[in-house]
Amino acid sequence: MDGFLVRFDSVFTEGANRAARAFGEEARETPGVTEILPALASVQVRFDREVCARPDIAEVLEDLIASRDWLALPEEPATRIWHVPVSFDGADGVGLGRACEQTGLSQEQAVQQILDARPRVIAIGFAPGQPYLGLLPMEWDFPRQTELTKEVPPGALTVAIRQLVLFANPSPTGWLQIARTAFRPFQPEAEDPMPLRAGDMFRFHRISLSEREALTREGGSAGGRLEVLS
Amino acid sequence: MSAHLRIETAGPGLTVQDLGRPGLGAQGLSRGGALDRLALFEAAALLRSPEVLAGIEMPGMGGSFTVDAPMRLALTGAPMRATLNGRPLAWHAAHPVQPGDMLKIGPVESGTTGYLTPAGGIATRPVLASRATHLAVRIGSLLEAGTELPVGEDPAPARPPCLIRAEARFDGGVIRVLAGPQTDLFSEAQRAAFAAASFTRGTRSNRQAMQLLTEDHADWHLDAGGLASEPIQAGDLQITGDGTPFMLLAECQTIGGYPRIGSVHPADMARMAQAGNGAVLRFRFTDWDRAEEAWTPESEMIRALAGKVSPLVRDPADIPDLLSYQLVSGVTAGRELD
Repeated sequence: MDGFLVRFDSVFTEGANRAARAFGEEARETPGVTEILPALASVQVRFDREVCARPDIAEVLEDLIASRDWLALPEEPATRIWHVPVSFDGADGVGLGRACEQTGLSQEQAVQQILDARPRVIAIGFAPGQPYLGLLPMEWDFPRQTELTKEVPPGALTVAIRQLVLFANPSPTGWLQIARTAFRPFQPEAEDPMPLRAGDMFRFHRISLSEREALTREGGSAGGRLEVLS
Repeated sequence: MSAHLRIETAGPGLTVQDLGRPGLGAQGLSRGGALDRLALFEAAALLRSPEVLAGIEMPGMGGSFTVDAPMRLALTGAPMRATLNGRPLAWHAAHPVQPGDMLKIGPVESGTTGYLTPAGGIATRPVLASRATHLAVRIGSLLEAGTELPVGEDPAPARPPCLIRAEARFDGGVIRVLAGPQTDLFSEAQRAAFAAASFTRGTRSNRQAMQLLTEDHADWHLDAGGLASEPIQAGDLQITGDGTPFMLLAECQTIGGYPRIGSVHPADMARMAQAGNGAVLRFRFTDWDRAEEAWTPESEMIRALAGKVSPLVRDPADIPDLLSYQLVSGVTAGRELD
């Protein structure tokens, strides 16, 4: 009763994702708006009913929707880039072989495509700080597994439908684990416990399994480094 | 030296809860907090606290508790069997307790979840501005026997016991449902079937979601297909892959892909959360005008509850050691005035 959903598409498209994020940033300035939740192709705008009435917010949002062609927005250059070391070795890349079958790529090609990719955070959800990253090249357009993996470890880098999900916590999942990082999307004890923001860019850098294990043991922020471009 | 509430024995699901962490959904963290927020409001009213305090949430079963300083304790939410030093204690009430007293809280008598709130509030270290345990994301953890929870100072530890006329919400009933952004995905026949069915709480219920079981014909299944996941929140009624509805609760995820047939009206959330074993729930779609009329801001609810508190008058039948009281100050032969 204290929110509106603005949907730009019923399926994921990069245009709808950009529109949802940009619309959310504009709507955030409306008096009475308390929270903006961008998802894959939609954004929820929540407001304080004690400050403003539902019809008034509806009118503001409708005017905002009509104010421009949201689906035609150009891609914004990233202002924040996360550099994240990642291991594809052994158990860390337990599903890499399966991913190669699905994509038709060799292991070297598959790894290289992940390292070359510059995916953006298209949504955060499922668990605190946990990013959905995309999009990968067309080869990676395969569905989630119908048989759930019982548990992926924290830091698991998983793939399906041209997207990557970097798991914050151990979790059952239909996403296919191809690598593992020491990055923790949720750090309850940190000043900014959920450091990622929608729109952030990721760059992966290959390390070995033992290097990844050492980083995981180290904890802290060693699992990733933030580069802020002005 | 601060006071403590010591957990001597603990039921299986005890956690510290307050009103949770609103505003972090964009970063993937659902609000969390008490399943029955009204129970924490009632506790604040009983304790005459201007702030809503952090208390212990007790699903199904309580525990036993002691204190190391005099303080009042409020018992709200689902009625549970409670005793102080073996003597029965009224529920929906606040009672002064002393060091050396033993408060025992047994199983729920109706409803699902009771709350124990000290007048100073539980004063554990806040994480992201809240003390609420969020089990799903591993903020805080279940409370165990032997834990000593720090408690804020009670400004009036000797204030006599009082009762609150609690809103009846422990036996299911008719729940108002609002159409949401995905209600139109369901056909009229599917929505009608949903509104005609009766539901009870399923065993696959936790702080994330409540499973809704029915013996009626479940004709509302919808294939999510390629639908992009959308923002979700507590109160949403999701229809999962096999057609089983789940109502999302405080610790739900923040975005989800299962289609949602509607959302429970905020005024009926406590009734949903407190529908225990065997309580029958039915859903009725409501229009926006009526929904608006039935909505009260939480700040107003809290103010209104103060008027429902009254002194606790003990029924002589409840006093086991009645004969030990001096009930009459003196008896004479009645001839003094002669």
